[in-house]
Amino acid sequence: MAMFQGYGGTGPAYDEMFDGDTLRPPYLRLRESLEQMTTPELVSRVEALQASYLDQGVTFDIGGEERAFPLDILPRVIEQDTWSTMEAGVQQRVKTLELFLADVYDAGRVFDDGVIPRRVITTSSHYHRASANVRPPNGVRVHVSGIDLIRDNAGEFRVLEDNVRVPSGVSYVMTNRRAISAALPETIAEHRIRPVAGYPQRLLAALRAAAPAGVTDPNIVVLTPGVYNGAYFEHALLARTMGVELVEGRDLECRRGRVMMRTTQGLAPVHVIYRRIDDEFLDPVHFRADSILGCPGMIDAARAGNVTLANAVGNGVADDKLVYTYMPDIIRYYLNEEPILKNVDTWRVGDADAREEVLDRLDELVLKPVDGSGGKGIVIGPRASKAELDELRVKVLEDPRSWIAQPVVQLSTVPTFVDGELGPRHVDLRPFAVNDGNRVWVLPGGLTRVALAKGELIVNSSRGGGSKDTWVLAGPVTPPEPIEAAARGPEPEVLEDIVEPEPVEPAPPSTPAPAAPAGPAITSMHEQAEQQQQARARTTGRDDVTGGTSC
Amino acid sequence: MLSRIAESMFWIGRYVERAEDTARILDVQTQMILEDATLDQDEICHGLLSIMGVEDTPEHVDLSYVLNTLAYDPTSPVSIAAAIGAARESARRARETLSVPLWEVINTANRDIVSGQFGARRAPGVFQWVRERAALINGTADATMTRDEGWQFLMLGRCVERADMTSRLVATASITSSTTAQWTNTLRACGAYEAFLRTYRGQETERAAAEFLLLDRLFPRSVVFSLNRAEVCLDNLESSGQRAGFQNDAQRLLGRTRAELEYRSLSDVVADLPSEMERLQRTCALATEAVTRRFFAGSEAQSWLGMGSN
Repeated sequence: MAMFQGYGGTGPAYDEMFDGDTLRPPYLRLRESLEQMTTPELVSRVEALQASYLDQGVTFDIGGEERAFPLDILPRVIEQDTWSTMEAGVQQRVKTLELFLADVYDAGRVFDDGVIPRRVITTSSHYHRASANVRPPNGVRVHVSGIDLIRDNAGEFRVLEDNVRVPSGVSYVMTNRRAISAALPETIAEHRIRPVAGYPQRLLAALRAAAPAGVTDPNIVVLTPGVYNGAYFEHALLARTMGVELVEGRDLECRRGRVMMRTTQGLAPVHVIYRRIDDEFLDPVHFRADSILGCPGMIDAARAGNVTLANAVGNGVADDKLVYTYMPDIIRYYLNEEPILKNVDTWRVGDADAREEVLDRLDELVLKPVDGSGGKGIVIGPRASKAELDELRVKVLEDPRSWIAQPVVQLSTVPTFVDGELGPRHVDLRPFAVNDGNRVWVLPGGLTRVALAKGELIVNSSRGGGSKDTWVLAGPVTPPEPIEAAARGPEPEVLEDIVEPEPVEPAPPSTPAPAAPAGPAITSMHEQAEQQQQARARTTGRDDVTGGTSC
Repeated sequence: MLSRIAESMFWIGRYVERAEDTARILDVQTQMILEDATLDQDEICHGLLSIMGVEDTPEHVDLSYVLNTLAYDPTSPVSIAAAIGAARESARRARETLSVPLWEVINTANRDIVSGQFGARRAPGVFQWVRERAALINGTADATMTRDEGWQFLMLGRCVERADMTSRLVATASITSSTTAQWTNTLRACGAYEAFLRTYRGQETERAAAEFLLLDRLFPRSVVFSLNRAEVCLDNLESSGQRAGFQNDAQRLLGRTRAELEYRSLSDVVADLPSEMERLQRTCALATEAVTRRFFAGSEAQSWLGMGSN
């Protein structure tokens, strides 16, 4: 009983477990199960959890130093219904982004119809002519995406930003689940949780479906910048769990418009490249001439249709901050639907009427440069000094078009175990979606990042952030039934059936989950555990810091 | 298999073996110095460092300098700490191809070094620790790896390194002029003393000990045994079904050296043991170069300048 005593949500932020003193329904069983545990017992489990991540090398790199990825022992729980809405919202978003990209790199109807000004795109540094008029084999450009969500003070999920270039962090979703299954087997056993282990197979299927025309058994590789990249752990885990080669640029070579890899038996053809390198570094012929991370000739090979790059080159125009402000209109335009997930309120400072209001309220808003990356140039009004605000005002007036403004959004909080006690900490969520051309599949849950410092809104790992296992319940919330729960026993990690399009029908808690084949389940669990901690790395995400602040 | 991964596997094999064998050599030598106060410590230390390929040594070196250089100091390229660190780096680069348990045992060994626990261990306990970690890594590899190309490269690296290091171990036995205790200790370091006594029915002579460590076809740490295994690995990798001769330079080099050792008279071989052993080490280095050319070509870092000059 003691565990949650004295836990108090602070400030206006929405707490996901408690509504004042009342427990919210999704957390009924979690509390029930955790309260049977003493704090010292919990502490010992936390220690075992941390040691397992270090031994398995679940790490991320900051400035060349490897660190273990902090994982909080308390999971975050999302109800079935809430999740269905989020899932539909993410799918809608990804479908729209696909249509938008196809249009932008083709006829540009969206400009002609006045939904978004053409200059927004043509001035974007992520617009690549090399991609114009290139139709990917199965029409997919956004094979993998991460749509960052936050929960506002009313508890409503909103989109903070779209990531359709090289979103990272999915490995930690898998390793976190594996590690929490080991740390809290009894608790896991009392819940029916949608599994996350199926992700690599989904991704592999999507990559196979994206193979160039006429290739029936494509050779797929994961392209990594190398061992010093912050997300290297993730690259290795994905390659391993998909059973494909993990290559670096120097392993590749272009010959007569085809990409080959160097093996001990000579050159072997490559058909699909799941690249985890930014556009600019892919091909020194087209982009940065000094890049040695990519392979010269790759873009031409892709344009010729001999190799598929996933995600496609030039996707950056769609997840640009300025385009983000037009997303609701873009969704209505292509799908003729209302957006299921709202944006965070955003002003384009370039619009005259918005500018006035923004300049008036500089001290209470967050200003973000449109082209900024990695949180650079962001000014959080309430935390800025007078001088900083004055400087900002000058900069904004000089070039209003390159700024957007957002209110400071309090991220929702979830109980987190820090320094021996439970306290509310701010979280965000990145669900991952895989598009195989027929269907956009969303990994149940996603990566929850948590700011471990009290009151901190920045969840980024380089700023002391951690992650949480995220449970999507596979049935309606029912009150705990101790007897049945005890009879079921622990049931860690169940391999997801890949073919089944995820049944969402409520299943009674007494139904035992299908037995998993021991061998593969164990390996995949191991691998997952390794990856979970790294979710924070996300070096690729240009906007790690902002992702968290969401101010 | 990717050339780069093959190279990583080869070097995992080599570094793990190097860590283990360095520990064995140091074990013998530290014990020697402790047991026999009449020995010239300076001479032994200098001899040891030179056999391990350390140049530029200060004029006076003592045991703690040697232990630091060859065991504890991670910045010294010939130390055990550096070898384990390098094995782990190679493993990290090939992580997606290693079995998870294999990665974990290599990673935990390295964690011990990074965390400083390794540095806190004293001789001879530290040597025991290194041997155990190596046994754990090799055993895990043996139990979990498929016998594919990766395995062959791992074994190849291990065998080439073992031949090289056994030759160094044999060379250290002749640093101090002729004490039989030296050979006894050398055999002990390989865990071969009892096997040796059984094989030679208790006859303890330097000649017999040298023969056992160099030429025994059944003892797994002997030079001939290691070279034989390395040749088998290369053969498996090539599998060209060639009827005459060898295409592979590495195979040719190793095979010729093994044949020379085996077919020359023992007196001839042991006449000038130190230079004979040096020759063997050169062969191992050349064979490594040949393997690199043949299998890992193109895996070295490339750089290109300016547009389109690929």
